[in-house]
Amino acid sequence: MYSEFSKGIFKENPIFIILLGLCPALAVSTQVVNALGMGAGVIFVLLGSEIFISLLKDFIPERIRIPSFIVIIASFVTVVDLVMQAYAPSLSRNLGVFVQLIVVNCIILGRAEAFASKRKLAESLLDALGMGVGFTLALLLISAIREILGSGTITLLAVGRFDGVILIPGLSSQPARVLALAPGALLVIGFLKALFNWLGMRKASRTVWKLEKMSAAGAPATGAPAGAGGAS
Amino acid sequence: MTEGLFAFGVFFAAIFTNNILLTNYLGMCSFLAVSREIKTSVGLGMAVIFVMTCTSVINWLIYYFVLVRFDIVYLRYIAFIIVIAAFVQLVEMVIERTSDVLYAALGIFLPLITVNCAILGASLFMVIREYTFLSGLAYGAGSGIGWALAIIAMAGIRTKLNIRSKVPFGLTGAGITLIIAGIMALAFMGFAGMITIT
Repeated sequence: MYSEFSKGIFKENPIFIILLGLCPALAVSTQVVNALGMGAGVIFVLLGSEIFISLLKDFIPERIRIPSFIVIIASFVTVVDLVMQAYAPSLSRNLGVFVQLIVVNCIILGRAEAFASKRKLAESLLDALGMGVGFTLALLLISAIREILGSGTITLLAVGRFDGVILIPGLSSQPARVLALAPGALLVIGFLKALFNWLGMRKASRTVWKLEKMSAAGAPATGAPAGAGGAS
Repeated sequence: MTEGLFAFGVFFAAIFTNNILLTNYLGMCSFLAVSREIKTSVGLGMAVIFVMTCTSVINWLIYYFVLVRFDIVYLRYIAFIIVIAAFVQLVEMVIERTSDVLYAALGIFLPLITVNCAILGASLFMVIREYTFLSGLAYGAGSGIGWALAIIAMAGIRTKLNIRSKVPFGLTGAGITLIIAGIMALAFMGFAGMITIT
C-alpha cells in the first residue's frame, strides 16, 4: 500500500519523470510561495476528484467518461478558486488564471483516467496524495532555483512581523534576471530533467554492475565482468 | 476602423509577442509529446488552430449572452470546458463520418486537444482581458497559429537534431526539448515591445 503513495514522489514523479502538468509548473514557479499555493490547490483537487471518480466509476458510462471526469474536476477547481480568492487574495492574484487551469492539468485527468477509474477507493486516495506531494515538491525545487538565482530572494508566507521575503546577500542586487522570465523556466526544467535522467541511469547501471559482480563471485569461471558495466 | 486595427494588433501579438506556448507555457504536454515529426506536428497544429478559433467564438457568445446575463460568471470554466469537450467530440464524430483522409490526419489528435490547456487558456484570457467579439476571434485564431508555429518549428529542430548531433545521454528526449524551447522563448522575446496588447 505504501508504494502507491511513494511512487508519486520519486519513481513516477509527475513533473520530472512522467512529464505531466508542466504548464502550471513552468508558469507559477517564479516565487516559492506560489509553488506552495499551487501545490496545495492541486493536492486538494487531486484528492477530491480521485475519491469521487473512484466512487462513481461503476455508474459513469464508458463513452462519456472524459467529459464526466472533467466536470467533476472543474467543480473542485471552482471550490479552490473561490476559497483562494476569499482567504488568500494576493496569492490568488499571483497565480491568476493558472488556478482555473488546474481543470485541464494533465496530472489530474491522467490519474483519473489511468488510476482512479480502475482502482479501489483506498488505493486511489494514496495515489492522489503521493502524486500531489510529488508535484508540490518538484514545484518547490524549480521555484526555489528560479527565485534564488533569478531575483535573489525567497518569498514565503508572511507571518506576523516577518514579511515573508528573505533576501540573499550578493544575489539580490545583481540577479540573473533571465531565470525569472519565461525562458528561464524552460531551461531550469530542462536541466533538472537531465539531472534526474542521469541519476536514474547511474542507479540502473550500478544495479547491473552489482548483479554482474554477484554472478562473477558465484561462478568465477565465466570470466571477468566488463569493467564498470557501462558507466556512461 | 480603430476596432479593426486593434483586432489586427491582437492577432499579431498573439502569434509573436505573447505566444501562448512560449510566454504562457500553455499546451506544454502535447507540445513535448507530439513534436517528434513535422508531419504529425502539422496535423496537431492545424487541429489546434481550428478548435481554438471556433471555441473562442462559441465561448465568447456563451460568456456574454448567458453567463453575464444570468450573473453566473463564476461558472465560467465549467461552462468553457464543457463547450470545448463537446465541440471536440462533435468535430471528431463529423470527421469520422465524412472524411477518411482528414480523420487519419487530424482525428487521432482531437482527444488530445480537450486536455490541451492552451484551448481553455485562450478562452479564459479572452474574457479576462475583456476583448470585443472581433478581437476575441482574432485572439483565438492568432493564439492557435502561434502555437502551431512553435510546435512545427520545434519538430523541425528535433528532426535535424536526430540526424546531425550527439546529444548527451541524460538530455535526450524531453530534456533537450525543454532547453530548445527555452532558447526559442528567448528568441521570441526579441519581438517583445513591437506590439503590446492589454
